[in-house]
Amino acid sequence: MKLLEYQAKEVLASLGIAIPRGMVARTPDEAAAAASKLGAVAVKAQVPVGGRGKAGGIKLARTAGEARAAAQQIIGMDIKGFKVPLVYCEEALEIEREIYVGFTVDRDARANILLVSARGGMDIERVAEESPEAIARLYPNPWRGPIDFELAQLVYDAGLGELARPLLAMMKRLYRAIPDYDALIAEINPLVVTRTGDVIAGDAKLEIDDNAAWRHTDLEEKFGAVLEGDPYEVEAKKRHLTYVSLDGDIGIIGNGAGLCMSTLDLVQRAGGRAANFCDIGGGAKAEVVENALAVILMNPKVKGVLINVFGGITRGDEVARGVVTARDNLTMKLPLVVRMSGTREEEGREILKRNGIEPGASAWEAAKKIVELTRAGVQA
Amino acid sequence: MSILVDSTTRVIVQGITGREGSFHTEQMQALGTTVVGGTSPGKGGTTHLGVPVFNTVADAVRATGANASGIFVPAPFAPDAIMEAAAAGITLIVCITEGIPIQDMIRVKDFLRGYPDARLLGANCPGLITPGQAKIGIIPQRITAPGSVGMVSRSGTLTYEVGSALSAAGMGQSTIVGIGGDPVLGMTFSDVVALFEKDPATTHLVLIGEIGGSDEEHAAELLARGTRLKTVAFISGRTAPEGKRMGHAGAIISGNRGTARSKEEAFRKAGVAVAETTDEIVGLLR
Repeated sequence: MKLLEYQAKEVLASLGIAIPRGMVARTPDEAAAAASKLGAVAVKAQVPVGGRGKAGGIKLARTAGEARAAAQQIIGMDIKGFKVPLVYCEEALEIEREIYVGFTVDRDARANILLVSARGGMDIERVAEESPEAIARLYPNPWRGPIDFELAQLVYDAGLGELARPLLAMMKRLYRAIPDYDALIAEINPLVVTRTGDVIAGDAKLEIDDNAAWRHTDLEEKFGAVLEGDPYEVEAKKRHLTYVSLDGDIGIIGNGAGLCMSTLDLVQRAGGRAANFCDIGGGAKAEVVENALAVILMNPKVKGVLINVFGGITRGDEVARGVVTARDNLTMKLPLVVRMSGTREEEGREILKRNGIEPGASAWEAAKKIVELTRAGVQA
Repeated sequence: MSILVDSTTRVIVQGITGREGSFHTEQMQALGTTVVGGTSPGKGGTTHLGVPVFNTVADAVRATGANASGIFVPAPFAPDAIMEAAAAGITLIVCITEGIPIQDMIRVKDFLRGYPDARLLGANCPGLITPGQAKIGIIPQRITAPGSVGMVSRSGTLTYEVGSALSAAGMGQSTIVGIGGDPVLGMTFSDVVALFEKDPATTHLVLIGEIGGSDEEHAAELLARGTRLKTVAFISGRTAPEGKRMGHAGAIISGNRGTARSKEEAFRKAGVAVAETTDEIVGLLR
């Protein structure tokens, strides 16, 4: 789960990190009220993606009127596919300098890494590419966390020695996001040093591991509902399906992530575009197939569905019966192609044919078939 | 010959009395795997599926001389199960469990540094099988045939699909290894490729990768330094968009890293044939 900026800051504040005063606004009036209370504010779009500033999602407002106008523009705007549900109005800071501090998972090293750079405010990946020496790095021991002397070395390596004391304290607090919240990313960029010498989180990025959601049900309850997100993904989550919305018109159901991904690839190769990724896992029971079909058919863009199931232990006749039942219960009228293999695949194909469902000979043949059928459907 | 597991491997199953553990233990036994026991806290002293059950892995190792373990316990308990196996002297730990938090795995990986002889496969993997001899995990024996093609993959069902195609074409396998779809894993593609390289019974190699991370690129670098194995690589997720997690926790493209294109390029540069679809793999391997 990627937290929104104001949510991430609330978590950081609970860890003892200084954040600017700010207020959430769901309407332009609320933004105006925030500005009259806080003075000059930055009105910031709350979306779980970077590049808000460039997209016009952050505006400075000196007065309540300006804040109202800014919120009017920003709320509801689309930033990289996310509709802005609300803005965060935050007191404008007197910036002396900007620093980068962030923990993230280094996949190659199978470890957490702490990155610090005096060149904050910029895209850290660009800094890493252009001048890797400008970033100091530490792999903290995952059982005990970073030790003071390790952090001190890091701060001096980054050329930030004069800020050693406040930075050390801040980094130790930020680290708590890892053991306490299962953070995969805990980043403050920029970490602002104000003209009065305070060290404050200008922005905050926090991503919580979905696999650890059971340890943090409080976060999900508190923050999970704010982002409306894709309606099909929301519905699929309720039905415990692994589902990702895509922008094409052919619904896809597969078992296993790799098989499902390769099915999307085949559809594209055959000249079609997948409407979704949907992994129903092993088993492929009728009820699960029906749930998956139901979610896919909610999307009015979908013109046909391709099911690709490899039965390792599951029997082909069971899968076929499941698909037929699901289609009948949902009174589905769109073209449906099913490719399955495994034990009793011949019997399974017979069942499909008897019920007017096209069995694909191979995954590739099935992909070509569904693309052809959906095209024919468009013309008719 | 084979790698990692054969009919002499002495296997225990952690979580042997659970539904998954029971079902797959029977499948392993049906293939002829030497299953010497299992663990289930509180059920030590009983017998299940014809083998003794122990409270802890250390007890099981002492009594049976087990050297490999398959883990079928739920995600909240799996990290502890892995470390317990390593500490008890198990040298091949296969963790099938899906959904383990990444921070738990990072701590497990750090712990395993203290046990350099212990190899971890997974988590969130289908395990491994040496056709006709033994398996640890959930790869169906039916899709396999004994032979000389080594297979290593991040995916389960995609592996079964390719395995079936190879078997149907008369190209049996030495060992099939599923390394799993999580971002923080035990054995990598490179680790497994290096083992196949040293196995005289393996002459061909099929490598099935997917988007996310750079383990495929590292394996390509290894193969580029020279290999005696005729190799075909396949990458799934060519059409996956950036920033969306495609089922596997590890299958995600961040920025321009982890794309199918960069992985395919790496293999081509290493002189490895790249299959565009799984159907092409058999032809390219001949």
